[in-house]
Amino acid sequence: MAQIRKSTGIIDWLDQRIALNKMMKVLVSEYWIPKNINFLWAMGVILTTLFVLLLITGFLLMMYYKPDINLAFDSVNYTIMKEVEYGWLWRHIHAVAASVIFLIIYIHTFTAIYYGSYKKGRELIWISGMLLFILFSAEAFSGYMLPWGQMSYWAAMVITNLFGGIPVIGDAVVEWIRGDYAVSDSTLTRFFMLHVCLLPLVLIAVIALHFYTLRIPHVNNETGEEIDFDVEAEKYLKGDKANAKVIPFWPGFLAKDFMYIGFFMIFFFYLVCFHFNFAMDPINFEPGNPLKTPPHIYPEWYFLWQYEILRGFFFDIFGFSAYNIGLIAFAFAGIALFFMPIYDRSDVVAPAHERKGFFVWFWLLVIDMIVLTIFGKLPADGVTMGISNSWIGFYSTITFFILLLVVLPIITTLEKKRGGK
Amino acid sequence: MSVKQERRNFIGLAFGAVAAVGGAFSLVAVKKTWDPLPSVKAAGFTTVDLSPMKDGEMRQIEWRKKPIFILKKDANMAPNDKRDVVVGDSRYIVAIALCTHLGCIPEWRASKQVFICACHAGEFNVDGINTFGPPPRPLDIPPFKIDGTKLVLGETGPEYEKLVAQA
Ligand code: FES
Repeated sequence: MAQIRKSTGIIDWLDQRIALNKMMKVLVSEYWIPKNINFLWAMGVILTTLFVLLLITGFLLMMYYKPDINLAFDSVNYTIMKEVEYGWLWRHIHAVAASVIFLIIYIHTFTAIYYGSYKKGRELIWISGMLLFILFSAEAFSGYMLPWGQMSYWAAMVITNLFGGIPVIGDAVVEWIRGDYAVSDSTLTRFFMLHVCLLPLVLIAVIALHFYTLRIPHVNNETGEEIDFDVEAEKYLKGDKANAKVIPFWPGFLAKDFMYIGFFMIFFFYLVCFHFNFAMDPINFEPGNPLKTPPHIYPEWYFLWQYEILRGFFFDIFGFSAYNIGLIAFAFAGIALFFMPIYDRSDVVAPAHERKGFFVWFWLLVIDMIVLTIFGKLPADGVTMGISNSWIGFYSTITFFILLLVVLPIITTLEKKRGGK
Repeated sequence: MSVKQERRNFIGLAFGAVAAVGGAFSLVAVKKTWDPLPSVKAAGFTTVDLSPMKDGEMRQIEWRKKPIFILKKDANMAPNDKRDVVVGDSRYIVAIALCTHLGCIPEWRASKQVFICACHAGEFNVDGINTFGPPPRPLDIPPFKIDGTKLVLGETGPEYEKLVAQA
């Protein structure tokens, strides 16, 4: 055991027992952040803030929510919304945060793609981040089901049915996931468990991993410059703060982040107070009815692009059924971005506007995903500008895969041959 | 020293074996915990009287928490021995009303004589056979038995077996 002396104060007492000062240095005051990063790098801290908001409001809601198909709808729409004081506030914060967190996740993800932050040494940051995206999707979906409205019920129906596409054991798997022949009470209670217990635990662990993966390769910067953090940190500690290319996470970097959080929270509470409806589907204010499908089923906006990919294939190709192609495409879309470090063959770490081909590719991908999102919301049997929606869905789905699997490897290989930009 | 090392290897191996057996058993237990409960599995039978149905009428009933279509064919609808349930001299289509794509309930459009699934634009004809879109197979036929003019869902009778054998 270390030599314990009589302490001079609380900090010293803790320092002797848990090396408090050392820990603070490692975690914040000597955790180095490059100076040349812009507001897009604040998304991580905003996401953390939103996650904390979701946790806290989730606890408050859980005190009145009842995971039972006969009680769930009223416990949310009557008890929490009308009886519990400020219940409406927690619900709206929870719902809006659940929706907005995806907006920020997408910005965060596309920032990483734009600046090449998934490359050389930073692959694990990227992979743990994509893992978080999948986990957040599962968390969002399991939570969406809990109020047991019409859309909740049918979303659960459609998504659990997806597993029926697994060869041979598909039907058994669907039954096993639901715990019944149809989506029912056992399905609700197990999704409740996933939403409030298992998935949050896993999420917190993976968030910690995601932060840790940043610690050694360090965060990327606006120009993709390779900074020698040891040298720069030395300069900073010696007092040459002006010339050092880095600042400590605390107080330097976080101080700026707090400002962004401030701006963001104003926007966020504006939504919560005046536009909370965008995170609430009107169909979901009707209790779930297993004997009637709403005329048009669609997921929340953040899943629309994947949903459109699922239904993008509506005819058989070379003897593969439309059903299977759709499922495989959908499953692959969910994990496609995991492999960015593999599709991108070039080592250049630079912002997209300094990599001509990549820049065009990046914006094509963004546009394609927006098109997929828009058409995911429109009815499949509609017609837009004289072209049937089904065909637009098909072409934008194909475009998505070609962009990732064919175009990106080709342009980055060429970039590599040219030896850089 | 070498003796001791071997002992440690052995202890490690023995622990690994115990842990693997325990792990395998608990996986089975966890899997079974998530399986449907006995009370769910024992879900009952549903009996419908078909005699009051009119020609061309479409009904939706519930069996084991699932919606079921019953359509009495009228003279304009071509008979199909592979799918029709014949009771007396009328023909019926009996099918689980869940689209075989992802499980939405298709809507019966009497004017066009098709079942349309709005979710991903799947279509089924009068006989419940998929004619357009992603649904991979015709609507499923629930197990049934014919008892006079009554249809008992949940039990398998010879008529059901015949239909399944043809499919
Ligand atoms: S559920 Fe019917 S077409 Fe998809």
